[in-house]
Amino acid sequence: MEMERSMASNSTGTLEIRHLNKQYEVEGAPLKVLSDIKLRIAPGEFVSIVGSSGCGKSTLLRLIVGLEEDYQGELLLDGQRIAGTSLERGIVFQEHRLFPWLTVEDNIGLGLLNAPLTEGQKRFAVRDHIALVGLRGFEKALPHQLSGGMAQRVAIARALVNRPEILLLDEPFGALDAITRAHLQQELQRIWQAEGITTILVTHDVEEAVFLGDKVVVMAPRPGRIRRVLPVPLAHPRQRASLEFAAIKADVMSEFGSDAATDPAPQPALAAA
Amino acid sequence: MARPAPLAQRVPRPLRGWVLPLGLLLVWWTAFHFGWSTSPLLVSPTAVWERALRYTASGELREALGASLWRNLAGFAIGATGGLLFGAALGFSRRFERVVGPSFHTLKQISLFAWIPLISVWFGLGDAAKVAFLSLAAFFPVVLNTFEGIRSVPRELIEVARVLRLTRWQVLSRVALPSAAPSIFAGIHLALVYAWLATLGAEYLLVAGKGIGNTLIDGREHLQMDLVIFGVIVVGAVGFTLNWLATQIENRLLAWRGSTVAQF
Repeated sequence: MEMERSMASNSTGTLEIRHLNKQYEVEGAPLKVLSDIKLRIAPGEFVSIVGSSGCGKSTLLRLIVGLEEDYQGELLLDGQRIAGTSLERGIVFQEHRLFPWLTVEDNIGLGLLNAPLTEGQKRFAVRDHIALVGLRGFEKALPHQLSGGMAQRVAIARALVNRPEILLLDEPFGALDAITRAHLQQELQRIWQAEGITTILVTHDVEEAVFLGDKVVVMAPRPGRIRRVLPVPLAHPRQRASLEFAAIKADVMSEFGSDAATDPAPQPALAAA
Repeated sequence: MARPAPLAQRVPRPLRGWVLPLGLLLVWWTAFHFGWSTSPLLVSPTAVWERALRYTASGELREALGASLWRNLAGFAIGATGGLLFGAALGFSRRFERVVGPSFHTLKQISLFAWIPLISVWFGLGDAAKVAFLSLAAFFPVVLNTFEGIRSVPRELIEVARVLRLTRWQVLSRVALPSAAPSIFAGIHLALVYAWLATLGAEYLLVAGKGIGNTLIDGREHLQMDLVIFGVIVVGAVGFTLNWLATQIENRLLAWRGSTVAQF
C-alpha cells in the first residue's frame, strides 16, 4: 500500500515536524533529548542539520525513519503520522551497514525484496541505481573488497532503490578521508538533483552542511533543540571558495561560538544521548 | 642479502609440514637398522608397513574403518542436526531460553564420559549405544556455537532489515542465519572433530562389535605392536582428513569474510 502511494505520487515528500519532544529514561529519571522541534521541509528540498554531538540530531533522524518510536508532538510525512519504518523513507548511516555476505547488487536488491515489482523490474532498478552511484563493473564485488567510499555509495543506492519520498543521511561521510568526502559530497549533490528527492542530511561538518543544504538547521544540545534555521540562497553546484559561501559558513559557525560561550560544561552522561 | 637462507626456508613451503614426521620416521628406521632396540614393545617401520599391507589386503581394515566411519557419521549427523535446531530455538526464542536454557547449561557441564553408564544401560553395548554417545558429543558444540552466533547478530544489520521492511522470516533466513553462519560452522567443525574422538572413546568403553578402536584393543591384547601403531596412524589420518574437509567446505561457503587470518 505504502509503495503504491509512493509510486503514484512521486512528487510528494513534505515533512512536517510540530512540537516534537522525545525523552529517554536514564536510571529511572527522564532525560529530554529533543525539545519542541518545529520544522517544515518542502518536497525536493535538501536540508542540512548541524550540531555538536549530543544535540539529538541523530535521534531526530531515527524518529523520522521510524527506528525510534514513542515521541510527543507531530511527525508527519505528506500529512500522515510516522509510525514505524516504511519503504517511503530511505536512510544511509555513518557506517555503510552492508550485509557482508551479499554482493553489491544483492545488497541493493535487498531493498526491493518486498517491493511490488516483477523480477525483471527489480533487476532493472538495481542496475539503474548501480549506475547512478557510479559503481558499474562492481556488481559482483563483496563489501570487504570495497573501499569506504565505494561501500557508502552502495549504501546510498540501497536507500534510493525503492524510490522513497525522503532520503535521510546520518553523517554518511563522517568516517571517510577528506578527499573521498569532498568527492562524495559532489556525487550526493548530483544524485539529489537527478532524483529530485527530499533529503535530510545530519552532519557535524559545517562546510558539508552549507555546501549541500538549501537550508541549514543549527541544533543546540541539552536538551536538543533548534537554535536557528539559515537559508542558503546560492545556486547548486556551489563554489566552496566563493565569498558568499564563506560568509554563510561563517554565519553558521558563529552559532557554535555562542553555543560554547553560553552552554554549561558538557556532562558525560548526557553526551551519550 | 649475502647471508644464506635459514635451513627452514630452504625447504619449499608446502613440504615444510612433512619435515618433522619424516625426521621421526628416519630416527625410528635408523634405530632398528642399527639394532639399538630389541624390545618387543617397539617394532620396526617395516613390520608396521607389512602389517598394514596384510590388514588392508584381508579386508579387515575396510571392515573396521567402515564400521567406525559409519557410526561416526551417523552420530555426527544426528547430533549436529539436533544441535542446530536446539541452538536456533535457544537463540531466537527468549522464552525457550528462559525455560530450557538453565537445564541445558547444567547438563553441558557433565563430562561426556559420565553418560556412558547411563547410555549402556539404555542402549546396550552395540551400535545404538555408540551412535547415541557420538550424537551427544556432536550436539553440545553445535548448540553452543549456533546460540552464540544468533545472539551476536549485529544490531546495526537488524535495524537495516527493519528499514527495508523485511518480514520476520526474511530477517531470520537472510540476516540472522548468514550472520551466524561463521559461528555455526565453527560449531559443526568442532562437532566433526569431537565425534571422531568420541568414536574411539565409544569403541573403547562399549567394547562390542567391529571398529578401528577394536583393532587397537585387539593389537594391545595380543601384543601386536605393529597393529597398534598402524591403527594409531589410521585414526590420525582419518581425523586429519575430516578436519581438512571441514576447513575446505567452510572456506568455500564463507568466502565473503575475505581473509580472516592475520599476517604477522
